[in-house]
Amino acid sequence: MGMLSFLDREHTIAEPGFSRWLVPPAALCVHLCIGQAYAFSVFNLPMTKLIGITQSTPNDWKLTELGWIFSIAIFFLGVSSAVFGRWVEEGGPRRAMFTAAICWAGGFLISALGVYAHALWLIYLGYGVLGGIALGIGYISPVSTLIKWFPDRPGMATGMAIMGFGGGAFIASPLSVWLMSKFNTSTHVGVAETFIVLGVVYFFFMIVGSIIVRVPAPGWKPEGYTPPATARKLITKNDVFVYDALKTPQFWLIWWILCLNVTAGIGVLGQASAMSQEMFPGHITPVAAAGFVGLMSLFNMGGRFVWASTSDYIGRRNTYFVFMVLGFFLYCAVPYTGSIGSVVGFVCAFLVIISMYGGGFSTVPAYLKDMFGTRYVGAIHGLLLTAWSAAGIFGPVLVNYIREYNVTHGVPKAQAYNTTMYIMAGLLVIGFICNALVRAVSERFHMQPDDPRAHDVMATATPKTAPVGARA
Amino acid sequence: MATQTDSSMKVKLILAWGFVGIPLAWGVIQTIINSMKLFQ
Repeated sequence: MGMLSFLDREHTIAEPGFSRWLVPPAALCVHLCIGQAYAFSVFNLPMTKLIGITQSTPNDWKLTELGWIFSIAIFFLGVSSAVFGRWVEEGGPRRAMFTAAICWAGGFLISALGVYAHALWLIYLGYGVLGGIALGIGYISPVSTLIKWFPDRPGMATGMAIMGFGGGAFIASPLSVWLMSKFNTSTHVGVAETFIVLGVVYFFFMIVGSIIVRVPAPGWKPEGYTPPATARKLITKNDVFVYDALKTPQFWLIWWILCLNVTAGIGVLGQASAMSQEMFPGHITPVAAAGFVGLMSLFNMGGRFVWASTSDYIGRRNTYFVFMVLGFFLYCAVPYTGSIGSVVGFVCAFLVIISMYGGGFSTVPAYLKDMFGTRYVGAIHGLLLTAWSAAGIFGPVLVNYIREYNVTHGVPKAQAYNTTMYIMAGLLVIGFICNALVRAVSERFHMQPDDPRAHDVMATATPKTAPVGARA
Repeated sequence: MATQTDSSMKVKLILAWGFVGIPLAWGVIQTIINSMKLFQ
């Protein structure tokens, strides 16, 4: 394993003079690439014409079959982040980023082969399984490193990385459309070539991130930063072992908080275009609806940074209280904006809702750090992401099926979403209660210094350099 | 020597942030241009 020893955690300890502000771009290298997942739908329509080229033939893949690719990827995101969380935490960020790069690029290359061979199972395996594993490992890989580099502003630091996941689609969507237009000929649609180019480009980007990333030397702290002498009420100074966190009510309360917040947002995010046109027929055209979706994704990304940074000042629990209370009123207000025909009110309500959806993702790592300490926060975050997978099923099902039920029972399309909005508001009430129940973790779960389960290289490694000197 | 390290770190920071910032800014601008259709 000598050849790959540069991936080890002990080889990534920062030299004196290293600036911690190099770590966020390293994290963004990974998150901007894996954030492509949000833009995968741009391939759906072209992949229904791989044989027919100009139009679908009976032998071409159906949209329903292609929809499974994204679902499998999100499923494996949750599974891999939960399964590999401890491995990521103990092996260090470089090894995790490197592995994510290989899986992500490999997923694209296998998918390209699947397009060439017209074998859908290869795309399920490539983008779905391998890509999903890359999503899970890549998503959590920089989280605990950022928290350790920014003990003074952990929300802002993780918010920056997770903002990248939201922003990845901004790059991937126009880039993929442009690449397909370049490779498109009269005999094929250019999807396979686009997959190959994306795989190579993403591999390069993610490897650069893995080269830049560093972990702080043991005992390092930012210049001028004095850790609070005593633990604050909801910010622990102790660590909880990754699997012990599962035994605490705090983990499951935060699991439900995330799940409910994401469920409320993800359902409307996927249906925003159709919903806006059906609620305001004649006022919002399909072109305007596309603009609305773009604006929502900007707020989704911006909310990840703004809300997580705000949580450093107002506290994590208070931030989620804002999400739940403000979200409740905004969801209740949406049917009213429809009834009075206020497009501006509707758009503003959803932009704030979507910013809080993004904020829910980006604030949660710091919430976990406050509850369970920094030592296993990445691994615990990985376990928590199963809430995302669950919300990915609940959210769209709630929105789509309730709308369908209403329409088939004679409710006008303009009002078909009202029930869903009230249900979403109700979910946030449950989220509010869960958040209110969060208390500090019991001392019996705190790790002891001689805990034999803790195999943390950082705790025992001799740094190559003294901890002093690394700059804030 | 310290000044040399300082300036080399500054260059690294500019390169690293440019590496991720330029593609992200391009993507954001594309999205803003598309979003403007809402107001047309």
